[in-house]
Amino acid sequence: MILEVRALTKVFGGLKAVEEVSFRVKQGVVLSIIGPNGAGKTTLFNCLTGMLTPTKGKVLFEEKDITRSKAHEITAMGIARSFQNIRVFGSMSVLENAMIGQHCRSGKGLLAAVMGTRGFVKEEDDIKARALEYLEFTGIAGYAGTLAENLPYGDQKRLEIARALASEPKLLLLDEPAAGMNPQESLALMELIRKIREWGKTVVIIEHDMKVVMGISDRIVVLDHGVKIAEGTPDEIRNNPQVIEAYLGKEEVF
Amino acid sequence: MLKKVLFMLWCALLSMPFMGIKGGAYLFLGICACYAVFVLLSLVFGKIGKPSIPVNTGLLTLLLMPAAVAFPFIARDYYTDVAILAGIYIILALGVNIVIGFSGLLHLGFAAFYGIGAYSNALLTTNFGLGFWSALPATLIITSTAGLLLAFPALRLRGDYLAIVTLGFGEIIRLVLNNWDSVTKGPNGISNIPSPVVFGFEMTSLTSYYYLVLSFVLLAAFVVKRVYHSRTGRAWLSIREDETAAEAMGINTRKYKFMALTFGAFWAGLAGALFASKMHFVSPESFTFMESVFVVCMIILGGLGSIPGVLLGSLILVLLPEMLRDFQLYRMLALGVGLVLMMIFRPEGLIKKGAGVRGQGAA
Repeated sequence: MILEVRALTKVFGGLKAVEEVSFRVKQGVVLSIIGPNGAGKTTLFNCLTGMLTPTKGKVLFEEKDITRSKAHEITAMGIARSFQNIRVFGSMSVLENAMIGQHCRSGKGLLAAVMGTRGFVKEEDDIKARALEYLEFTGIAGYAGTLAENLPYGDQKRLEIARALASEPKLLLLDEPAAGMNPQESLALMELIRKIREWGKTVVIIEHDMKVVMGISDRIVVLDHGVKIAEGTPDEIRNNPQVIEAYLGKEEVF
Repeated sequence: MLKKVLFMLWCALLSMPFMGIKGGAYLFLGICACYAVFVLLSLVFGKIGKPSIPVNTGLLTLLLMPAAVAFPFIARDYYTDVAILAGIYIILALGVNIVIGFSGLLHLGFAAFYGIGAYSNALLTTNFGLGFWSALPATLIITSTAGLLLAFPALRLRGDYLAIVTLGFGEIIRLVLNNWDSVTKGPNGISNIPSPVVFGFEMTSLTSYYYLVLSFVLLAAFVVKRVYHSRTGRAWLSIREDETAAEAMGINTRKYKFMALTFGAFWAGLAGALFASKMHFVSPESFTFMESVFVVCMIILGGLGSIPGVLLGSLILVLLPEMLRDFQLYRMLALGVGLVLMMIFRPEGLIKKGAGVRGQGAA
């Protein structure tokens, strides 16, 4: 088990955004979390990545308790994420964005930078080379020198993934990566996620686009009003009457 | 277009209480003429405003360095004096730029660190008989520590709240300097601060002090530039761009904000020490809120976050008021109008850092 969530609960005032949610993620799978708007999917992500502290419950990453760890510590341990609404560093170049991902995999400080030591220069070169690799992997290396805010929407989403990959995570969390994409872009995205999985990374995604979800997931977790109502393979979910009733309404969607 | 004409009218109306109706009308025509020239120029040379003119900073430095070195021999003493002041402000502005320009922490109390630096130098040299150089390390440690200490309460806050707290901090320091009579001698200030001594040679002449400040400016610009193009600089920028995303990408935002404030205060302390030993006198009046605002204006004018921009902005804002001395009455007005014009026509500052400059080219 790379990730284990145990009875996670997050309460905002009187609102139970996530209630007693438990699931496990096996190494090397793609797991999708689906559910209607406001089901608590993003809140769950925020709890997993340390951006919110859960009210109750536990998050175990590789058997270690990370429930109270800080976000940057969790990233250093090997969980990276993208955001639902794009959060690239707009006025930095695309390459720099990816280089930021390498931050927690490098360590030269202020003094080394001022002195321009050999170790510092080498580390910078390494960071740059690796950042470029991830840009190439996601197919946006051609934009390396462009300001991130000038990229087209779909490529900004790719950049978010490249940046997250650049932190060399074992577990990648993607929050609605296909939102706002046209069919071709979604297809390319599915291809990219498959490539990431073949690479041995575990992926958890939140997604509304059912084509994408059904096409790439090994397992699916369904949330509704903060509660997990179903979990299983795409086929099981597709035929689960509770899911159809609570989430889909109509069967034709699949 | 309409917006611009309306703005010019507004400027003219604003100036009427100072300059009378006729004066206001002249001002309106003047700004219109300037704008017409601007439009004409952009037609001839393509869009001047929009894409940043590619400046080879290395080449520019090479061209400007001889001028900077020869300056005291060409210019009158008065201008050398102004240039020294400009140099001190450049160092201060480089420090502020780390905090506001790189890290995006709107800090409005930087005069406090400037003041702490100046007073540390003054007190250490006059009370303990230390020289400038032996007092300098202690001065820098004291100001950096002050920066670090302020960071504890301030960095729990973001944006406007941070601005208010730092503004308050600036005022507290000024009031302490003003009222702690037994140590700071209150509003009378501290006099007889010695000049720095280099190789047994006391730097009392303007020319020698000019070179001292020039070398410190070069050092500051070099160090800040190096840090800017490093892992630390990138971390600061990412915090400015999006703190939440930065934290999620594995940057310890708290630690880097502490570092930015400490490092910024360090340069402010150096500027303060240079100021004190140049003037041989410090008093709380030199470290008011206006001073903080003035420095923020410099980096905004030059272009937030750009190092050449900081140099240019500081030079302009120190030199311009001096050059406009003949128009005593209007110089602050001119400065204000200039800044407002800047914000409307070129909000990114005089020098906009271009894409591809960072990250791709120079390592």
